[in-house]
Amino acid sequence: MSAGTRIEARFAELKAEGRAALVTFITAGDPGYDASLELLRALPGAGADIIELGMPFTDPMADGPAIQASSLRALNAGQNMVKTLKLVSEFREQDDTTPIVLMGYYNPIYIYGVERFITDAKAAGVDGLIVVDLPPEEDHELCIPALERGLNFIRLATPTTDDKRLPKVLTNTSGFVYYVSVTGITGSKAPDISRVAEAVSRIKRHTDLPVAVGFGVRTAEQAAGIASGADGVVVGSALVSAIKDSLDDTGAATETTVGNVLKLVSELAHGVRSGR
Amino acid sequence: MSTSAPNSYRTGPDETGLFGIYGGRFVAETLMPNILELEAAYAAARKDPAYEAELTDFLEHYVGRPSPLYFAERLTEHLGGAKVYFKRDELNHTGAHKINNVMGQILLARRMGKTRIIAETGAGQHGVATATACARFGLECIVYMGATDVDRQAPNVFRMKLLGAEVVPVTSGRSTLKDAMNEALRDWVSNVEDTFYCIGTVAGPHPYPAMVRDFQAVIGNETKQQMQKREGRLPDSLIAAIGGGSNAMGLFYPFLDDPSVEIIGVEAAGRGVDTDEHAASITGGRPGVLHGNRTYLLMDDDGQINEAHSISAGLDYPGIGPEHSWLNDTGRVSYISATDDEALEAFKLCCKLEGIIPALEPCHALAKVMEIAPTKPAEHLMVMNMCGRGDKDIFTVAGHLGVKL
Repeated sequence: MSAGTRIEARFAELKAEGRAALVTFITAGDPGYDASLELLRALPGAGADIIELGMPFTDPMADGPAIQASSLRALNAGQNMVKTLKLVSEFREQDDTTPIVLMGYYNPIYIYGVERFITDAKAAGVDGLIVVDLPPEEDHELCIPALERGLNFIRLATPTTDDKRLPKVLTNTSGFVYYVSVTGITGSKAPDISRVAEAVSRIKRHTDLPVAVGFGVRTAEQAAGIASGADGVVVGSALVSAIKDSLDDTGAATETTVGNVLKLVSELAHGVRSGR
Repeated sequence: MSTSAPNSYRTGPDETGLFGIYGGRFVAETLMPNILELEAAYAAARKDPAYEAELTDFLEHYVGRPSPLYFAERLTEHLGGAKVYFKRDELNHTGAHKINNVMGQILLARRMGKTRIIAETGAGQHGVATATACARFGLECIVYMGATDVDRQAPNVFRMKLLGAEVVPVTSGRSTLKDAMNEALRDWVSNVEDTFYCIGTVAGPHPYPAMVRDFQAVIGNETKQQMQKREGRLPDSLIAAIGGGSNAMGLFYPFLDDPSVEIIGVEAAGRGVDTDEHAASITGGRPGVLHGNRTYLLMDDDGQINEAHSISAGLDYPGIGPEHSWLNDTGRVSYISATDDEALEAFKLCCKLEGIIPALEPCHALAKVMEIAPTKPAEHLMVMNMCGRGDKDIFTVAGHLGVKL
């Protein structure tokens, strides 16, 4: 990868600035396509350094209630893979530097067609992929083809990934490593900051890639704590909960939807910036 | 789709858990160490004569095996064709084949030092079997069950509670079996150290499809011996109902390399495979990835999983075990389907002619026996797996027949 991806460029910039990245997760099309695009476009301005965009799926097995509900809201509003890629293209018309990572489960990609997906994702301006149910044992499915075409493939490392397994997990990982701070689902337990720091150091002994930490991070304080040792802090459930809390009785976006989420993103960005 | 015939149909899966393109290990990284630990523990147990002896002993004295191979004489006369036998797995302790697999897994969990058992259940039969074995060994048991199924299977919920299990109604997603499986996986991700996930069918990440099949293969192995004793030869055809497909896989597996034996799996066609309300993954679905494995699934054009429908809660799942998908593509097994109404007709006939109240699951197979047996000669030996008894279904059946209990 000669020129490097936007993800690699962004982490290099932030390293020079001496701070961690704020990685924000929202689900594509939640609560509807238009509101989702407006929100997506406003995230960098509010302090998001990298955007994870969820590809909605009916059966998100590693996610907690907040992200499950977010996925269903998007699907009920008519979101699908074509629209998710369109969302990225429309975002790219105005922003050519903020990295976008598509995150989700394998089946919608498999059904869209792996080759077609990689081609269309590249064309839309996607930089990396996180596919929760593709462990290294299934690398030939999507990871290798995606890497060959210049997409980053970001792998999750977890508290159960011991030193023996870590090299296997890191082998075809690129862009950054996503450390799952708890043994659990998204948005459940709060991470123990000191144990997270230990785990980040452990991973860094095995790789030069940046390490971002997520699952269970909700507040600016937690973000600051994690940012002191990690290269990135991922926040997802808290943001999609903020979306949910702003909806009207019919589940549609209101005037406060985008603003509420952006306010939380700003706070988290402050937290991340004060971490070191 | 048809692929060239392998030398043996009994060598799968390969070391990565694949049957052809089906199966695999599509799980979150948090679970990978558990999956690998389970694979190693199961491989070790299979080589240990003490484990084998313990399991055999429990199957004989606790489960009540071998189950009889019964000649359904009046049904045979009524249908006027093939000689129809029932493999009586509904006579097992807890009333279905589910306990065969549960005993194997719970004994394995004990060997692994796991103290907390989780399971998913649809109709409640696997949940009851798991709760039963956990009670027997004093293990904590948590059963995830879709809230919709909790309502429609109240007697089984009560049974599980009597046996000391905690039944967790699942309200995420659409509150059915597939959501219960999601929730069980979420529990496992959150409690990896002490928890053993006892999956009830031949699906999920490797090694579950192969392991559950091995535990259920006792059905087919007994059938082979019993038929040899009764008729001095192999049966000519086997027929079994399929949700996830564990009872069918158990009956079929020992016969896969006997080419003279015709093998038929019957999926639940609900209100018809041409409607949106069925559970026929092979007949009406296509290959995709869910719950740790690639297999035939019911889904829309965007890869979103559809809800299944069947009168039988035990068949109400939008997927099927990966080995069945492979057996379908290779052509070794024929997969057909039976509707709710056909299953109900079979239910009534079986009660009337044989004095057996069958579960609605095997009634799907029985419906096809009623169709196929009359087309066969009198010397044709047909075995249907009577995989569960119908006590749990009398309320559902009464409802459909317009009877108030």
